[in-house]
Amino acid sequence: MYSMNSIDEIRGQFPALGQKVWGKPLVYLDNGATSQKPQCVIDLVDKMHCGANANVHRAMHKLSDDATALYEGAREKVRQFINAPARENIIFTSGTTASINLVASSFCRRFLGEGDEIIVSGDSHHSNIVPWQMACEAAGASIKVIPVLENGMWDMEAFRGLVGNKVKIVAVEHISNVLGIVNPVKEVIEVAHAHGIPVLVDGAQGIVHCKVDVQEMDCDFYAFSGHKIYAATGSGVLYGRQELLEKMPPYMGGGDMVDTVTFGKTTYAPLPLKFEAGTPNFIAQASLAPALEFAQSLREGEIARVIEAEERKIIAYLKEELQKIEGCTVYGLGWMQQEGAQEPVWGAPGSKIPLFSFNIEGCFPSDLAQLLDKMGVAVRTGLMCCEPLMTRFGVTSMVRVSFLPYNTFAEAEHFITSLHRAVRMLR
Amino acid sequence: MTIKEIEREIVDEFAIFTDWMDKYEYIIELGKGVPAIAENEKTEDNLIKGCQSRVWLSCRVEDGKLYFAADSDAIITKGIISLLIRVYNGQAPADILANEPEFIGEIGLQENLSPTRANGLVSMIKQIRIYAMAYNK
Repeated sequence: MYSMNSIDEIRGQFPALGQKVWGKPLVYLDNGATSQKPQCVIDLVDKMHCGANANVHRAMHKLSDDATALYEGAREKVRQFINAPARENIIFTSGTTASINLVASSFCRRFLGEGDEIIVSGDSHHSNIVPWQMACEAAGASIKVIPVLENGMWDMEAFRGLVGNKVKIVAVEHISNVLGIVNPVKEVIEVAHAHGIPVLVDGAQGIVHCKVDVQEMDCDFYAFSGHKIYAATGSGVLYGRQELLEKMPPYMGGGDMVDTVTFGKTTYAPLPLKFEAGTPNFIAQASLAPALEFAQSLREGEIARVIEAEERKIIAYLKEELQKIEGCTVYGLGWMQQEGAQEPVWGAPGSKIPLFSFNIEGCFPSDLAQLLDKMGVAVRTGLMCCEPLMTRFGVTSMVRVSFLPYNTFAEAEHFITSLHRAVRMLR
Repeated sequence: MTIKEIEREIVDEFAIFTDWMDKYEYIIELGKGVPAIAENEKTEDNLIKGCQSRVWLSCRVEDGKLYFAADSDAIITKGIISLLIRVYNGQAPADILANEPEFIGEIGLQENLSPTRANGLVSMIKQIRIYAMAYNK
């Protein structure tokens, strides 16, 4: 469907990337927060607002049929994209946060009791911490944490020590939004499953940078947002193992999730609608179809090799240039932290994605970000919804740059030049 | 000088900048010029938390006029704080309450007052007004 042969051709699909900010060409390096949208997604959203706009699963008329077909078509697309066994495994949510909250609330109501434990990874986003804390509070359970090592990788030995009979679920980051290292989730899943413990993987960043096959990974839940992978905002997915989803009580009650309702008792709709109460954001969800098709097209053939080569160049360049800046600390370099270490297979556990978080002595992150913004460069700063990880590294803020396949090496160079200028101004 | 006069003075000063970077260079210089608050005054009571940066603000009253001292871990925030202090220091509580700091928008820094910036400035202005209200008798 798409024939893109260069990064420039990929960029051409994204109208937002062509704009100027403060009179300067935009260099968008805040992709870890959200992605820009390709024309195919914009067109689909337009097309639905102009035509197939009717509530899904409800009415006996053409528009509702069209909207439902697009909504359910996107579910099938998601199923294929992550190789889930069936549509029953794919729950649409408003995003990763909603997906994790669904499991934390519903799974824990059924399976978590007093004195039980939940294990989370130390690089977790707040949305993979707070929902579990709330569940623990309700049940009288507690949270255990997989420690993060100095190089940003997990202490797997410590993890093995945490696993025991009391642990009811393990919830980990596929890739941390701060550190950008592919975590050994498969290993975690093997260890947890050996003890009969299910595992949820927060794939908010992972789905964007890794090929995800939920059957091969063998995870029990995989959560991700659509908006980080080119789809419209408000779309999200929870993949769940069917036998667990069947046992879990509904998360929210309302329309579309019911079988029969009387004032005495309600029986629930079969999966996946059991977990989709109320009118879903059907246009955003439908946009997952063109978005994932677009993402897929970047993972195949020659363009995949072009992207990998560009990303490798960007990663090597940023590591070197950031470390050259006096007083610069780069967090989560993983294998790159060690001189002469063996590089993991591209995309495999331990490998680095083009995402760097850092601090520069004498330059406060928000000051750097404000100056970079005025030079057209969009970066992220602050706690990045990862306060415990910030505390782990002894800081209250970091600067982050995160790249997608539409970013060029020239943009990485422009960022470094702009960063030097900002540092000179602040020191 | 009245609050309005000082605000006018600041707006005039900033009118010479045609380039964003020059403007920020100046704000950074202002930030560097603010004497840091003593560490023992950086108390929880004086702390205004933001996701991006922290701001400390203390206030004392002398002859019915308010005097502020403030600090931030972000130098640009500190620069803007120095402008606010220049405007409000030595003013009567009633005058402070009667004035919105409109000059910040006029010199093109309004985005710094957006609540989404979470840099503590908005809360700081609110805190200045709370002090003014408390001393306005």
